[in-house]
Amino acid sequence: MYDIVVIGAGIIGCSIARVLSKYQLKIVLIEKEPDVADCTTKANSAIIHAGYDAKPGTLKAKLNVLGNMAFDELCADLDVQFKRIGSLVVAFNDDEIQTLNKLREQGEKNGVSDLKIFNQDEVRRVEPNISNDVKAALYAPTCGIVGPWELAVAMAENAADNGVEILLNTKIEDMIKASDGYLLLTNTRKIHTKYVINCAGLHADEINNMVAAPSFHIMPRRGEYNIMDKYVGGLVNTVIFQCPSNLGKGVLVSPTVHGNLLIGPNSEDINEKDNFETTKEGLKCILETASRSIKWMPAGSVITAFTGLRARCERDDFIIEEAPDAAGFINVAGIESPGLTAAPAIAVYVENLLGEMRVKMIKKHEYLQTRRHVVRFNELSNNQKQMIIRQDSRYGKVICRCETITEGEIVDAIHRNVGARTLDGVKRRVRPGSGRCQGGFCSPRVMEIIARELGIDITKVVKDHPESYILTKQTKDTDMCGYENSKFMTKEYVTSASGI
Amino acid sequence: MQAEYDVVVIGAGPAGLAAAIEAKKNGVERVLLVDRDRELGGILQQCIHNGFGLHLFKEELTGPEYAEKFIDELNDLKIEYKLDTMVIDLTKEKVITMINPKDGLITVKAKAIVLAMGCRERTRGALNIPGTRPSGLFTAGTAQRFVNMEGYMVGKRVVILGSGDIGLIMARRMTLEGAKVLAVVELLPYSSGLTRNIVQCLDDYDIPLYLNHTIAQIQGKHRLEGVYITKVDDDRRPVEGAEFYVECDTLLLSVGLIPENELSKVAGIKLDITTNGPIVNESMETSAEGIFACGNVVHVHDLADYVTIEARRAGRSAAKYVKEMLNYNGKNIIVKAGRGIRYVVPHFINVDNLEDSLELYTRVDNVYKQTNLIVTLDDEILVRINKKRLVPGEIEHIKLNAGKLKGKEASRIMVEVRKEGA
Repeated sequence: MYDIVVIGAGIIGCSIARVLSKYQLKIVLIEKEPDVADCTTKANSAIIHAGYDAKPGTLKAKLNVLGNMAFDELCADLDVQFKRIGSLVVAFNDDEIQTLNKLREQGEKNGVSDLKIFNQDEVRRVEPNISNDVKAALYAPTCGIVGPWELAVAMAENAADNGVEILLNTKIEDMIKASDGYLLLTNTRKIHTKYVINCAGLHADEINNMVAAPSFHIMPRRGEYNIMDKYVGGLVNTVIFQCPSNLGKGVLVSPTVHGNLLIGPNSEDINEKDNFETTKEGLKCILETASRSIKWMPAGSVITAFTGLRARCERDDFIIEEAPDAAGFINVAGIESPGLTAAPAIAVYVENLLGEMRVKMIKKHEYLQTRRHVVRFNELSNNQKQMIIRQDSRYGKVICRCETITEGEIVDAIHRNVGARTLDGVKRRVRPGSGRCQGGFCSPRVMEIIARELGIDITKVVKDHPESYILTKQTKDTDMCGYENSKFMTKEYVTSASGI
Repeated sequence: MQAEYDVVVIGAGPAGLAAAIEAKKNGVERVLLVDRDRELGGILQQCIHNGFGLHLFKEELTGPEYAEKFIDELNDLKIEYKLDTMVIDLTKEKVITMINPKDGLITVKAKAIVLAMGCRERTRGALNIPGTRPSGLFTAGTAQRFVNMEGYMVGKRVVILGSGDIGLIMARRMTLEGAKVLAVVELLPYSSGLTRNIVQCLDDYDIPLYLNHTIAQIQGKHRLEGVYITKVDDDRRPVEGAEFYVECDTLLLSVGLIPENELSKVAGIKLDITTNGPIVNESMETSAEGIFACGNVVHVHDLADYVTIEARRAGRSAAKYVKEMLNYNGKNIIVKAGRGIRYVVPHFINVDNLEDSLELYTRVDNVYKQTNLIVTLDDEILVRINKKRLVPGEIEHIKLNAGKLKGKEASRIMVEVRKEGA
């Protein structure tokens, strides 16, 4: 019997699991997808918001500001890249300047420090490439950027290091109230637990409805993005927002923590929770809208596009509470923006909530707050590079040439706790395939490493989901297809290849 | 201690192999060839179709056979090479930093450098094709590597976007391996591949080629399930109602190649925005003195034979540079792309450095029929070549006698397309 089941290994579930892992509790984190961070956490703006957007007094406002403040220490502990680069909300006319003033006021009420309204010259000093139409901007120095999936992976890994069990590819099919807690029926096994924390994101309402009366609906809101080449990553220095509307914070232009340029998202309410399609209209919309913010848009530098779904709910605030009609069942739902920013604070909030619910929480003696150091080869000095290759020659073998990712880093990503099992899993952790060639050169090599390290056949290496197979079967004459030279060019082979 | 070489060649595909061999043959001793892959020969090793060497060796070879000729010569000449070696830094002063599992991180100083890093394939992202992101999408070259070198098939029902040569070759290859190639889709009104490949790879196998079409959307939750193909108008915009769905599990992209000049940029070498390759002179020297470039890193070639010819020139030039035999007297003739021409390589010419002939490589910007390709030196017509047909997919290779240029005070060579009689 578990003390706590956390449902959903997105940024929220991972953050909660990690915080609770310091207690002597038997915890399991359950995820229906093949990896952690595999839904909303992998597709969003990757922004650590300052906290001026949310209405004062809401959980969103409070946890945004608290979460933001936690990021420096959190990312240092977990060895995750985080850059506090500041943000600008730009105004194109007098009405929008009024909005900036309101946002500043709101931010100050929320406890955001150092907010300033910049005039045109001041904006230009910070952002030489800002559009000439920008009249003023709200500057928030505490805004930051992070890799959300990397953070979630790091939190999950740290939680696992501290004894949290993690079950992937495990879908909750039903849940039954028991006298001493809950019985969860999954596609793989039955799980008996005292408490349940529902962090199921887009599906949080469905999970709630298994044991409690429906009290909220999750309504997916689609946002589309483009990632651009690192060549243009330096086009802006801060996160540039346009004035918010009732559809959200609007289209932003931002550097990513890895040095690319990110634009998006648009905002579109849709019905399907599994519709991750980008659309022609959506991509056109973000490109056109983002173009308003800066002098020129390097549209030719797009390297990829993606869609994320926000888990919006009608209550207009985060729902973090024990369901009134299901004791021991806590909903952490409706976590749309600023959910990523708030994640560390949400975990502490839930920790306190469990305390109020009289859950027995005794600290472990051997709790590890930090994660084993991650080698980022590309960022090492020449001396450090030399040293690490001497220690382990696999760091001398570059697999991803666009991002300079070595075999050593990929092998480490596979063998860590909550390690990568798929091509996308490796990509999310150490980035081969994220560069300009999008895996064209490295994917055969990465697949080979995954197969070798996991002891599986290369045809079993998938992109992400078990059904996302990449190779179908061996070709004929495979035992002659050595790569070392052209000796496999038998007469028969050449003849068939030339089509004679 | 920093190792020193006369010539370091970066990239061991057809360009790098030929350049290294030629440098050594022209009297420089310490030549080093490096490549990031684990075998010599570059992309040739995955091109198991034939057709290589027709121009150079007057015989039909496969890619690996073509590579083997050069690899054998490289070994006979005892040229040093390093595989699995990634160059991570390059300076104008010709200091190269590289890493590999065996040596760790090393820096070498070269008297001359030849850049031969080749090119990479354009991706779905670059085209921003909307839809889902399932598995089953490959660039044609990656699929070619899986099928020909790793020995694995990538799918059963295949659509190919782009009629570049690799796409055409892969249409045949997939068919021969038992897959059904349902369509080759080309945005332009003409194929960007070699005519011979259209005939031998599509027509011979009854594979339909849809000109003026593109992929409008990609479908499939986990593995690719199908694509929407749409007709486009003269402005390449989708024609409404002219969309159809093709069920397939694999989409190969053959939508263009991009010279890989990340290192050239690191060294501050000037690039041509049309070719995406370094600006080079008659000796294949870049804007950085003593750094030469050849092959697909300069401009995307259609035939490996021409890569070899160009690379030999670069290798010879590097050797001359080491022996201080190149002239730097500033007497440069600019080469211009005139009407109907997309680009010409080289970009400028110092006549004093010309060998017995000048070779111009050029691509036209559209399909032209019954026309002339004309080269002028200032106002004087140097050559007029009758052409039944000019297509952007094929490089025109113009050889001029150096004698025609020497001793003249001219400032500009122009290549242009003119109608017959004009």
